[in-house]
Amino acid sequence: MKFCLIVDDSRVVRKVARRILEDLNFEIAEAADGKLALEACLVRMPDVVLLDWNMPVMNGLEFLIELRQAPGGEVPIVVFCTTENDIAHIQAAIGAGANEYIMKPFDSDIIHAKFAQVGLL
Amino acid sequence: MNIDDFNLLSKLIKDRSGLTLTKDKAYLLESRLLPVARKWNLKSLDELVMRLRTRSEAGLVRDVVEAMTTNESFFFRDIKPFDQFKQVVLPFLLQARGANRTIKVWSAACSSGQEPYTLGMMLKEERQKLIGWNVDILATDLSTEILAKAQAGLYSQFEVQRGLPIQLLVKYFKQAGDRWQIDSAIREMVRYRPFNLLDELSGLGQFDVIFCRNVLIYFDQPTKQMVLERMAKQLAPDGFLYLGGAETVVGITDKFQPMANHRGIYHHANPAAAARVAGL
Repeated sequence: MKFCLIVDDSRVVRKVARRILEDLNFEIAEAADGKLALEACLVRMPDVVLLDWNMPVMNGLEFLIELRQAPGGEVPIVVFCTTENDIAHIQAAIGAGANEYIMKPFDSDIIHAKFAQVGLL
Repeated sequence: MNIDDFNLLSKLIKDRSGLTLTKDKAYLLESRLLPVARKWNLKSLDELVMRLRTRSEAGLVRDVVEAMTTNESFFFRDIKPFDQFKQVVLPFLLQARGANRTIKVWSAACSSGQEPYTLGMMLKEERQKLIGWNVDILATDLSTEILAKAQAGLYSQFEVQRGLPIQLLVKYFKQAGDRWQIDSAIREMVRYRPFNLLDELSGLGQFDVIFCRNVLIYFDQPTKQMVLERMAKQLAPDGFLYLGGAETVVGITDKFQPMANHRGIYHHANPAAAARVAGL
């Protein structure tokens, strides 16, 4: 079973994403901001991170940059999942090492398609 | 809806598009045809059928048929066929067509353009190998409305997220308001033309690759056979036919046979064709 860390400051979004990913047979952990997510990764590196951009304390991009420098942090597949939907944000995310990018609103079809694309399904 | 009305509509749709409308799909009539009724200022499906009975208006008939033909499509649908195209079909054709350096592809029932544009993007990605080559992509669909959408190359945020890798979105699309438009460089690689698969195919010319995915599932057995056997005549002796994941030629026609190691791809069913593609 693959392990997915869902990082989003909205409890509702985490819950929706959790339900979709549990149906796809993922083991799930949640974090409410980038800092908590980074701490969780250092304890146990996930196979995939579903990552919001705008969050308090540490945002998604800052988290990603730190993650990629951490020991073992090059391994997880990182899929952004954010309302930021302009080319500049997408390019910045790819430049920082994101593997895929979902523009909110999302549904199970999109999660399914994106996760299949990066070889998780 | 009474049985006479259902029969009238299903016969009309079958005659014009080949689509077989079974009773269990009757619910689709309501959801798809009410917008058509509204467009023609008719209050209900009953009125729509009445109008079809009393006057034969080409415009109304076309709207009804187009509304009933399914148009679901997405970029890199099923992924695998496109991987096969890049790794198997294209290298084969680059060798086999070395003399005239032309490859002809037909996307039959292209819907809103995702299939031909996926091919266009793939060919752009492979352009180093294609210097001096001419690749012609013909994309056809029954529906003129959907072809206009395909030609515009404008997609919703939802559509560009189903199957399209983010790197390709960034590379080949521009944001246009709340939608995304594929670059003119890719649009210009595709020729669009309205075409009914029930019509004679010989005017379309010969193709090296035919994509006919997720179309035949809507046809009954004799129609499937007719379309496949006509396609066999338009496919080069060493050409490739793609069908959808739920489709097959087995039990329908003996003109094609499945490729040994590549699910979903078919070639002419004769020893010469089999020998050419053996080992791919």
